[in-house]
Amino acid sequence: MNFIFTEENLIKIEALKLRYPSPQALCLPCLWMAQHQEGYISINAIDAISETLGIAPMEVYRVATFYTMFHLEPQEKLNVQVCKTLSCKLCGSDAILEHLKNKEVNIIHTECLGSCGTAPVMQINDTFYENLTPEKVDAILKELL
Amino acid sequence: MRECKIVSKKFEIENAHTLAVAKKHGAYASLEKLKEYSPLEIINIIQESKLRGKGGGGASAAEKWALMPQTGDKPSFLVVNCDESEPGTFKDRQIISKDPHLLLEGILLTCYAIKAKHAYIYIRGEYFQFQKILQAAIDEAYAEGLLTECDITIHRGAGAYICGEKSALLESMEGKRGHPRLKPKQKEPEWFFNNPALVNNVETIASVPFIVQNGAEVYKAFGTKQSPGTLLFAMSGHVERPGVYEAEFGTSMMEYINHFGGGIKNGKKLKAVIPGGVSCGVLTAKECENLTLDYEALRHIGSSLGTGGMIIMDEDTDMIEALKNILEFYHEESCGQCTPCREGTGWSDKLVAKILDKRGTKEDIDKLLEIADTMDGKTICVFAPSVSIVIVSFISKFRDEFEAALCVK
Ligand SMILES: Cc1cc2nc3c(=O)[nH]c(=O)nc-3n(C[C@H](O)[C@H](O)[C@H](O)COP(=O)(O)O)c2cc1C
Ligand code: SF4
Ligand code: FES
Repeated sequence: MNFIFTEENLIKIEALKLRYPSPQALCLPCLWMAQHQEGYISINAIDAISETLGIAPMEVYRVATFYTMFHLEPQEKLNVQVCKTLSCKLCGSDAILEHLKNKEVNIIHTECLGSCGTAPVMQINDTFYENLTPEKVDAILKELL
Repeated sequence: MRECKIVSKKFEIENAHTLAVAKKHGAYASLEKLKEYSPLEIINIIQESKLRGKGGGGASAAEKWALMPQTGDKPSFLVVNCDESEPGTFKDRQIISKDPHLLLEGILLTCYAIKAKHAYIYIRGEYFQFQKILQAAIDEAYAEGLLTECDITIHRGAGAYICGEKSALLESMEGKRGHPRLKPKQKEPEWFFNNPALVNNVETIASVPFIVQNGAEVYKAFGTKQSPGTLLFAMSGHVERPGVYEAEFGTSMMEYINHFGGGIKNGKKLKAVIPGGVSCGVLTAKECENLTLDYEALRHIGSSLGTGGMIIMDEDTDMIEALKNILEFYHEESCGQCTPCREGTGWSDKLVAKILDKRGTKEDIDKLLEIADTMDGKTICVFAPSVSIVIVSFISKFRDEFEAALCVK
């Protein structure tokens, strides 16, 4: 299936082009738009970005695979990103990970989310959930699943 | 302990992220001074204040500003570093979500001084919640006519620690992988599509309005002679009240931990502190006893102040596990350009895993130190040398713990 940016996104892209010395700077912004539009970044979306910005498709692909927040496959389950870095580990992230094990979610172990003062922490979609306890996790998932 | 709120002044005020409330509490007042001072005079004031970069390195801000051309046919850019990915660091987030107008005010002053017409704020992808607050503030500033001299655009990252390194950040903004660039031999600006660019941390820029408004002397009244002013120090880990609390340089570390943090969690004893994000050498409780929080004191004992984000570890902490945790982070985040870094992070992680698993030998400890040595000073950026410092500090300071875990044949 062909990938076409929505009208709204096309307007955004044209407006952004005026804000940078080169359209190549729009690589990350366009990848974000594509991911928001389809839920992931398809090969067709990569082609569309390549055409819009005048960057080789392989280069867009190389960029997309470098950054951990871009998904190149459709996401079937809810992605739960649990921070496993030191401050969260010291404050009990292992228990949170253990607690999530049997849930219908896709657990992603992430590195420090910049939220160490309210550890342990997880991120779902674009939202942070902080000062987690197993009970809190249950309540959050009940809301989302 | 003396209260000093230079950057965190509006943190406790409700809705200070909105223009109306921020203005009521003095936001954008320093812009008046621009009628009085030329760009070079602003740089001089910053020079006199001895403001140091707050992104981890502590370099003189004015020295970097002075590298930007005051004349020329290429446009200059300011890039504000809000990648904030150094584990233990969560201060810039407070500024952009609680007082975003302070950052915008600092951007306007800085752009005036370096003659930039456009500023970008590179924000880590995970901070989308806070990005929205920051964008709303920018929209309000546009609507109020505050951004007529200078545009501000947020650029969202997408999950890569290394993009906090300034040249990797610019590569990322140019639409490429976040690979650090080779350092130039002479001092020069950074480059964004071959145009001169200045990269500063969020907190550095947010410190500028106070200095311009009150003068260098008032700023220098805080802190020490060589590290003047304040920092948004932070605490996480085993402490009763973790969080971000502004304090002046030269504050006693233990006093800070006890006063703001309420001491070690559950009345336990302190074992170790990583002073400013994981990339700084670990300190034993004994070393922390009479330590002050400033660049010189930390350097003096072979560590560094970094971002001022302290990770506190109590007496029950397994130091081998802590080192393993940090090495996993580094292994995950190495950009892979340099062989010592790409291979060294994975290899040392494996060796520490082996020791943690009680299968390690004395040779493994020696090997770890050898790997640390090959990672020091032979790479494009200072990521690998930081890993080296971390490994050496853990092993040299907690060697008995590593040795006790070895497999006895
Ligand atoms: C591996 C690595 C990661 C870094 N991450 C950050 C970061 O997240 N935020 C930041 O402001 N500076 C970071 N820095 C420092 C920047 O390269 C740069 O020195 C800084 O943004 C300059 O701003 P300042 O002088 O105002 O501190 C990092 C450096 C390295 C080597
Ligand atoms: S030292 Fe590591 S992170 Fe830095 S450029 Fe080399 S491989 Fe990349
Ligand atoms: S260590 Fe988990 S948010 Fe920083």
